[in-house]
Amino acid sequence: MKGAVLDDAAVLLAESDTVATAIADLEAGRSIETDDLPGDRSALEVAEPIAFGHKLAVMAIDAGEPVRKYGEVIGTATERIEPGEWVHIHNCESNRGRGDLAEGSA
Amino acid sequence: METFSGYRREDGRIGVRNRVAVLPTSVAASAVADRIAANGGPRVTATPHQMGTEQPEPARRRTERVLAGIGRNPNVGGALVVELGTEGADASAIADEIAAADTPVETLSIRDAGGTRATVDRGRETVDALLEEAARARLETADASELVFGVECGGSDATSGIAANPAVGNACDRLVEAGGTSCFSETPEFIGAEHILAERCVDESVRERLIECVERRESVADLMGVDLRGTQPTPGNQEGGLTTIEEKSLGAIAKGGTTPIRDVIDYADPLPIGGGLVVMDTPGYDVESVVGKVAGGAQVIAFTTGRGSTTGNPIAPVIKVTGNPQTAERMATNMDVDASTVLDGESVEAVGERVYETLLSVADGTRTEAERRGMAEFAINELQPRELASLGDPT
Repeated sequence: MKGAVLDDAAVLLAESDTVATAIADLEAGRSIETDDLPGDRSALEVAEPIAFGHKLAVMAIDAGEPVRKYGEVIGTATERIEPGEWVHIHNCESNRGRGDLAEGSA
Repeated sequence: METFSGYRREDGRIGVRNRVAVLPTSVAASAVADRIAANGGPRVTATPHQMGTEQPEPARRRTERVLAGIGRNPNVGGALVVELGTEGADASAIADEIAAADTPVETLSIRDAGGTRATVDRGRETVDALLEEAARARLETADASELVFGVECGGSDATSGIAANPAVGNACDRLVEAGGTSCFSETPEFIGAEHILAERCVDESVRERLIECVERRESVADLMGVDLRGTQPTPGNQEGGLTTIEEKSLGAIAKGGTTPIRDVIDYADPLPIGGGLVVMDTPGYDVESVVGKVAGGAQVIAFTTGRGSTTGNPIAPVIKVTGNPQTAERMATNMDVDASTVLDGESVEAVGERVYETLLSVADGTRTEAERRGMAEFAINELQPRELASLGDPT
């Protein structure tokens, strides 16, 4: 597989990514223990239930900061996201296809 | 050498199926086309669609181009074009285009034939004659380089970008390496990933066309003052874990593989035979997008789905590939390749090899799960007046 599997729980697709994708339904409190986490971290606690296929932050992401997956920017954090928290439409938004932000739009 | 046995056509191309296509020119002729095909046996398929009898000229031209392209697909050994008789789309013009590829073709008009019952009866005789002609096609061994492979995704989730799309992309790379053609499309799903694709274009003019296509799709959202969020990723994609269009796009482009992009062509335009990776500018709606590639000449489609799709096509066999272990299990009778093993550690290359072997085996005649179940959706992407007015005429 491309990327690194983190303790059979999630997959980190590129070293520079700030989120990993769950490859199992993860329960709150589960500890993901691996040296493949970015930074000096060797464990990451899942902060809330995260469904298969959904993303969790592998490091803190501040509001307004880019969210990275596949080594690319996939959106912007709308609030501060702590490590182990679920990252989805409630706290990450697209930068593209935003007709609502286009000049002259209501 | 990687080979399969197919149906050699008069013009030298090779079909992987030997079908007779019944092509209605409008929604008004679609039910009759369906009836004619239903009476003709398993090798006869109809392409019912929703286009009206009157369309603005560019939209009508697109309908004609798609139907002619479908009739010219090498999987078609004979075609019957059915009209009500009041359509803007011209049955004779479509038939002429199909005949130009040396494919046997006939036309029927419901009004001239004396109504629906008479047309169904006449259609049956015509289809029988076309089946006889199609049966004369020589079955011979062909090289993988003669394959045109279309790739599509639908019902995507997070596993699509991690497992199924990279595996199909690897199969595309293998086919291109063998001298064949692969085509990927769905321009709205390039948004946020176009910078990566742009770097892979063979020259500046291809690069410009690619960026222009993406900008045109994105500008539809701008023009309408709408936010793509909520529609892209779709609510289903979001449930599957995809958060933004950029994330969906970065996963989606993996299905085209890693080879250079040699060309960017319009919806339903002819795909080249014998070489390389080509982008077709299609909508994200999967049924319409598949039809565009089949009209362009794709003989086989691979369709990746995380959440589970059942769709097929009347002309080209559709291979289903899923990267989601739950879908692989729950919808096993609709899936052809289980790519979810990537999540257990099988390499993308190994799964890509399985997809490639499936492609060759399907080209050789093995029926896909969609074929076995008679799944054969068909829809033509209609140019909308808003697009026509605001964006110029993309035909």
